[in-house]
Amino acid sequence: MEYLSPQEWSAVALSLRVSFWATLVSLPLGILVAMLLARGNFPGKQVLNGLVHLPLILPPVVTGYLLLATFGRRAPVGSFLADTFGLVFAFRWTGAALAAGVMAFPLMVRAIRLAIEAVDPKLEQAAGTLGASRAMVFLTITLPLILPGIIAGSVLAFAKAMGEFGATITFVSNIPGETQTLPSAIYAFMQVPGGEASAARLVMVSITVAMAALLLSEWVSRLVARRIRGA
Amino acid sequence: MSLSVALRHAFSGFALDLAFEAPPGVTALFGRSGSGKTTVVNALAGLIAVDAGHARVGGETLFDTRQGVFLAPHRRRIGYVFQEARLFPHLTVRQNLGYGRWFARRHGAEVADMGAVVEMLGIGALLARRPGTLSGGERQRVAIGRALLSGPRLLLMDEPLASLDEARKTEILPYLERLSRETRVPILYVSHSVAEVARLATTVVALSEGRVVRAGTPAEVLSDPQAVPTLGIRDAGAVIAATVAAHHPDGLSELATSGGRLLLPHIAAAPGALVRVRIHAHDVMLSLAPQEGISALNQLPVEILSLRRGEGPGVVVQLRCGSDRLLARITRRSAEALGLAPGLACHAILKSVAVAQEDVWIEGREER
Repeated sequence: MEYLSPQEWSAVALSLRVSFWATLVSLPLGILVAMLLARGNFPGKQVLNGLVHLPLILPPVVTGYLLLATFGRRAPVGSFLADTFGLVFAFRWTGAALAAGVMAFPLMVRAIRLAIEAVDPKLEQAAGTLGASRAMVFLTITLPLILPGIIAGSVLAFAKAMGEFGATITFVSNIPGETQTLPSAIYAFMQVPGGEASAARLVMVSITVAMAALLLSEWVSRLVARRIRGA
Repeated sequence: MSLSVALRHAFSGFALDLAFEAPPGVTALFGRSGSGKTTVVNALAGLIAVDAGHARVGGETLFDTRQGVFLAPHRRRIGYVFQEARLFPHLTVRQNLGYGRWFARRHGAEVADMGAVVEMLGIGALLARRPGTLSGGERQRVAIGRALLSGPRLLLMDEPLASLDEARKTEILPYLERLSRETRVPILYVSHSVAEVARLATTVVALSEGRVVRAGTPAEVLSDPQAVPTLGIRDAGAVIAATVAAHHPDGLSELATSGGRLLLPHIAAAPGALVRVRIHAHDVMLSLAPQEGISALNQLPVEILSLRRGEGPGVVVQLRCGSDRLLARITRRSAEALGLAPGLACHAILKSVAVAQEDVWIEGREER
């Protein structure tokens, strides 16, 4: 890469990796939570709804602080995961992915939930009378019908993860090569004299990736929607 | 295979308490909206659980609250044709048709031949299309095919024509008639249209406010004055069987009934064909003596079986006409003036033109 310096390139690559994993891992959970919120009827539903949306309203620094207090090396959940599974979040790229995932989660759930609410439960009932078990109804009817919502939610979450800054820098700091994502790198370059050129290049990359993600999602969901509407 | 149902279910301000048997053939569950028809059908399909009761199809229990049995909807093998077709929008017509069939086959059920069903419903040209591009009538035909191909033990049809306009209804009715003749699966057909019921059903169960008012053949139920409030006074009228006897050059067709000859506007069926004719109660006049110098062409000798007063100024008179029953709706004033009473012999007068084309159904040719 001629255009980017090794440090700049590593920030871009890290951000892509962090966002990819953040989106991929939160997707099944996002579908489950969206399903619960859209269709479920249980005590504490509003609490779950609030919890999911909390990162959207809280200052990102607070979310980062809470993550550190929960998943830090000596924090209860963090030390358990480290001792049992060898999974360490603090000051690792995995921690950046966790922070990005948490911050992007509400956006993903919202998009998928809207898609689920648009599915007519009568279609699922009809599938049931035709011999499909609940699991099969979900796989053959619900899932294909909410695919545009899943794609939209994933792209939104990916874009949000690419831009996540506050919670990430609070939780896992700004270590080049390990936790220095694209926004952290732009921030770091702006702090040092002569870093403006690097920052500007990364801004360009950032805009390009965001635009590409948006166009891709538009195109894919239109393709899927056309298949589903069945024209 | 036949169906037997008994159930009780309480809603706010409304209770369902009924039992009936549905023999093979088309059983029409008839009643006005709010009479509990859809609840019965949903309970059979397993979409709701009732307070108490049981349902059995061909020896298998669908639910029985006393034994604590509740078969999951997808294990009931009941084909359900909904009011709105409920086709899967992301699947082609062929995939929609194959949906239930795939599950039925996996569980080793006997399924109808796809080609035969497609042919019967006339949907061969639609197979590659998606539901979004179909007309209402086409959609409903595909939905019927989808239910039929799921290897059902019982077919539930919840007002499948209700969401369609008159033209689409006339398009589908022949397919339904064919279906009822050709399939061995018992069909429970929910409707509030007397015309549909009279045309399709082999058994009628009339519901009112959650209870069975009358059950029997269409000829029995539709000619029963007790069932008139349920059927709706404007729709009251008996159905009688007849044979086409001759066509007259002036455009009239002559029918032979058990009670005498009827002259009706031309019927498009060869002499010898069996037809059923619906005669609206408000089209029948009664006279103590045969009339001369009257324009109405049909005068049948009848005997009064019963008179039933309605809430208004009218009286519904049940008549014996040969081995058939007829209904006449006249005013109370006339009934009193003529001294009508059970056992009295009189004449039923029917204008030929009062019987519309859609009140005559051609059943087929007489055997032998």
